[in-house]
Amino acid sequence: MNASTSAKPRALAVLFAPVFDNNPIALQILGICSALAVTANLKTALVMSVALTLVTAFSNLFISLLRRQIPGSIRMIVQVVIIASLVIVVDQVLRAVAFELAKQLSVFVGLIITNCIVMGRAEAFAMQNPPWQSFLDGIGNGLGYSALLVALGITRELFGSGTLIGFRVLPTVADGGWYLPNGLLLLPPSAFFLIGLFIWALRSWKPEQVESPAFRMAPQVREQEP
Amino acid sequence: MPALRETPLAVLRIALLVSLVCSMVVAGTAVGLKSMQLENRRVDRERHLLAIVGLHDRALSASEVGERFRERITPRLVDLDTGAYVGAPPGHDSFDPLTWEGARAATDPALSRVLSRSEDIAGIQRRERYAVVYKLMQGERVDALILPVRGYGLWSTLYGFLAVDADLNTVLGLRFYQHAETPGLGGEVDNPRWKALWPGKRLFDSDGQLRLRVGKAGGDNQDSRWRVDALAGATLTSNGVNNMIRFWLGPQGYGPYLKRLRQEGVES
Repeated sequence: MNASTSAKPRALAVLFAPVFDNNPIALQILGICSALAVTANLKTALVMSVALTLVTAFSNLFISLLRRQIPGSIRMIVQVVIIASLVIVVDQVLRAVAFELAKQLSVFVGLIITNCIVMGRAEAFAMQNPPWQSFLDGIGNGLGYSALLVALGITRELFGSGTLIGFRVLPTVADGGWYLPNGLLLLPPSAFFLIGLFIWALRSWKPEQVESPAFRMAPQVREQEP
Repeated sequence: MPALRETPLAVLRIALLVSLVCSMVVAGTAVGLKSMQLENRRVDRERHLLAIVGLHDRALSASEVGERFRERITPRLVDLDTGAYVGAPPGHDSFDPLTWEGARAATDPALSRVLSRSEDIAGIQRRERYAVVYKLMQGERVDALILPVRGYGLWSTLYGFLAVDADLNTVLGLRFYQHAETPGLGGEVDNPRWKALWPGKRLFDSDGQLRLRVGKAGGDNQDSRWRVDALAGATLTSNGVNNMIRFWLGPQGYGPYLKRLRQEGVES
């Protein structure tokens, strides 16, 4: 199941395993912060997905190219420098070509630097695997992240504001329609509940993802009178 | 050969090399995209300026925004100390009102001055000598003035515009184009419902004293014509907005300019 541990991962498996079998958000529980913050509407979720996918893919590629040169003692700082540079480039490009979206995403594009998915793939995969596979692994993990973000974005925008990418789908009461939008879905905590439901669904479908409990609840014990 | 790449020299070499390449990539992107980014900021500012006087429509393209802006809004540079219009700041041959930013001018010692503690109620530290004001024109007639304002809230400086009717007393609107207040609390300064409280408020009383306050009703703050309700849960941001209004309409801000207009007429 875990592609990063097998000796010669196949390209397709590397690309698609992170979508459902080893989803960075649903299984590894990484990158939650931005998943809560940017999914109130689908457009920002899509842009964030593309940005993170590109950054993960290219940071994996470059780190993999350099993996035999990077000394172990400054391994992580070199990874962070490469990741940070890529994120700044993406941020600058967004500000130049999609100013409105860049304003809505505000700090979250910059915070891709600290997104555990990027650093995690660099450290766990790119440092041990050849460039092409590392690149695919980056795309795959980006897709896994994107799948969840898009699912959250659709649910939250559709039921929170009755629109999809700004187009009216459900006519809201405020506009004379019948749909009363669920305001909770526009607030970050709703993404938390939705991620929980998604993980529940995913683990019911693929029971092998269920972790063994870290501890077992003791049966109810009554405190004894001395 | 893991031992070879762990020598101090090898570590230093790879660190330098990676830093060099990365900094070149970052610098190259930033420089290469700068003109597009500045253009975006200009259009964004024009959108805000049109929106505050109700002339903006989200569907407008960037070029349509520029067109409508040039048609209706005339920027002028004002010497804040004397209140008079000037052509270009001293030492500058020309002045482009569309790229002039008061906040940036305030970082230039030649174009700004340090505010004393008692003067600096808005928490901006330095104030530019020259500010751009925007006149909303209807043919030859001035319909309104839009004044750039800024002030410190809870976490950040809020940058925005205050639109005042040609009677120099009635507020037409207040909106911010940049701030970093807490989303959901201080960030509610962007909430349309709060912004809708502003139009129609009066700035000055019959003696010409600034009377508009952001705060709760009580004491001398009863009359709703001069009162904007503060944001619940965002006392410090609300105080910041209040101080900002007091500063920019006071003697250190647009006070001298408004005084001159009252004497000589808005059309002057």
